[in-house]
Amino acid sequence: MLDQIVFYFFAALAVISAVLVVTRRNVVQSAIFLITALLATAGIFLQLHAEFLFIVQVILYAGGIMVLFVFVIMLINMDVSLHQVQFNRQWWLGLLLALVLGAQLTVAIAVGRSGLPLGEPAPATMLEPSTELVGRVLFNEYMLPFEIASILLLVAMIGAVVMAKKKV
Amino acid sequence: MIPTSHYLFLSLGLFTVGVIGVVTRRNVIIILMSIELMLNAVNINLVAFSRLVGSAEGHVFAIFIITDAAAEAAVGLGIIIAFFRNRETLLGDEMDLLKW
Amino acid sequence: MHALINFVITYWVPLVCALAIVAVLPLAAGYIVLMERKVMADMQARLGPMRVGPHGLLQPIADAVKLLLKEDIIPEEADKAIFWVAPLISVTAGMLAMSALAIGPWFQIADLNIGLLFVVGIGALGIFGIVLGGWSSNSHYSLLGALRSAAQLVSYETAAGMAIVGALLLAGTLSTREIIETQADYGVWFVFAAPVGFFIYVVASIAETNRAPFDLPEAESELVAGYMTEYSGFRWALYFLAEYTNMVVVASIATTLFLGGWLRPFAGTRAFDFLDFLPSVLMLGVAGYCFYRAPKQPVKVQQMVLAAVGGLLILVAGILLAPLLAPGGSMVASAKAGLHGAFWFLLKVGLYLYMFMWLRFTFPRYRFDQLMRLGWQFLIPLSIVNVMGIGVALVLHRQYGWSHWTAFPLTTILTLAVAGLLASAGEKKEKEHAIVGEEA
Repeated sequence: MLDQIVFYFFAALAVISAVLVVTRRNVVQSAIFLITALLATAGIFLQLHAEFLFIVQVILYAGGIMVLFVFVIMLINMDVSLHQVQFNRQWWLGLLLALVLGAQLTVAIAVGRSGLPLGEPAPATMLEPSTELVGRVLFNEYMLPFEIASILLLVAMIGAVVMAKKKV
Repeated sequence: MIPTSHYLFLSLGLFTVGVIGVVTRRNVIIILMSIELMLNAVNINLVAFSRLVGSAEGHVFAIFIITDAAAEAAVGLGIIIAFFRNRETLLGDEMDLLKW
Repeated sequence: MHALINFVITYWVPLVCALAIVAVLPLAAGYIVLMERKVMADMQARLGPMRVGPHGLLQPIADAVKLLLKEDIIPEEADKAIFWVAPLISVTAGMLAMSALAIGPWFQIADLNIGLLFVVGIGALGIFGIVLGGWSSNSHYSLLGALRSAAQLVSYETAAGMAIVGALLLAGTLSTREIIETQADYGVWFVFAAPVGFFIYVVASIAETNRAPFDLPEAESELVAGYMTEYSGFRWALYFLAEYTNMVVVASIATTLFLGGWLRPFAGTRAFDFLDFLPSVLMLGVAGYCFYRAPKQPVKVQQMVLAAVGGLLILVAGILLAPLLAPGGSMVASAKAGLHGAFWFLLKVGLYLYMFMWLRFTFPRYRFDQLMRLGWQFLIPLSIVNVMGIGVALVLHRQYGWSHWTAFPLTTILTLAVAGLLASAGEKKEKEHAIVGEEA
């Protein structure tokens, strides 16, 4: 019962925040709603008993990436954008195609969920604490992607610094 | 217990909203934010399936996606800053230097 | 309705703890402000607030009433919704971070198995309160102060996190309760095994809470009050509450991870059991001082208040003494862990806060570029080397069988050597910058 309340609360918060992100005129308000959407997603992770991923989402996504977004929004003067047209000229076509895509996937899931074993998730007591499990899998089987991800982050750091410098 | 299909529908909803944001809005920062929404939707999907199967590989993949999103947001915002410094515009429609 | 009642019955201990924190923390923050003013006065050879209540003990209440009654000014062009919500984000993040901390073995809201990471991560969400507050004030000083403050917080968060990782290698778990129990098993606090990590964490935590000497973003002579410039009355009080809550959270993390949490000094050895009487002796000492000063107060009401405070302290000393004198195995004796644990934890947090204040009134302020250079070019490389050093020490101890007393001091000395190298390289760069500046 508590499970369902938590899930529906975070799901509703995530979807409403996502819609508000896409429709706000003020970019800072969009950023704030994206933060709430990311925190709602973190709540969904917690409800799925993925505690390590919950805290990684909060620290990296909400506490790192969004701080970066908010910094950039504040360094760039956005007053001009408040009076411009918000949606581009073919917005109706984009909306239509996105809704068609959504409808296709909805039908796919709805039809398929009786065929595939999309049943009850594994009971929570069978899972070890998520941190140890993730650590074990990450450092045993996925060590190479881990190292590649660290090189990717190094490249991104250098790239971002070079792009944002005034004189190269 | 929440059946896995509920998580799939939630992930689908977030993904669709993200796609609408990318193809409809003019401001490139909002486009970047919609891309982050899409990546989050995929993460929910991965973690839901990982919970169904009972292994941690979905979690590991989700961590890699978050890492990747961080790198992409950093570089993307750097590009936006560089472009804004030159052209003073933040609208995707007006970034048409490569158009013939 | 049934479900709600069931919920309350199952979870009543965490609910009571949470209520206690939310109710007591603002009052405690007010008294920490009073403590700071008294310590500042003591170090400046004066007396501090003495007028409101005996020895200024009722000053926080007067301050709170004043702040609540002030006019609520919102700047003209400010974004009202964000202006309203920004202090709330800071306060919520600070208070939420307290929910995974274990103040004594009986007082914890939630024993998460990612406890320490939760505290650090949620504390990092407080950055948004600062940035949004500075931006929504629609003033240059606020925005600059907010961006500088946020940049400082983000820079020192990495160093603090790596220092924590160094100590977590020793602990082997992220749960706050189990970290302290691991320290009890080892018999030694982690500060003795990883002193460089403790030093890094102390410096990073001072920068994390925007305290002097790293308080350029909110210094009065530099940027008016930084991101808090346009906030007045109760909203400013909320920001202040958030800052002091962050100080308490950071002190609690350091206490849990490095200083042994709720363990008394030498918790393992029986020979030091006489230290169990130290809490009551301390309380009796302070009560004796209260009774000594009571007749010397100028006004009758103040004499009575000070006598009442003395009586209260004697009561607390009695409560702390009771589990020691009761026959072993009775219910009273089993309360020893909870009560004494809470006392030691709060004592260590208090000493850490005293150290914060001591540093504030001793050192001059860092300039912002010096601050960033210290963070990125000294603390972060040092913390990485610290993690590697502790890893090497653990491998030497576990795989090659070296004893604790050789492996850890060895790596500590090596890390200190690297710190010396980094510091001398940094000084050389400072001199070069200064020379170039003079020539230019």
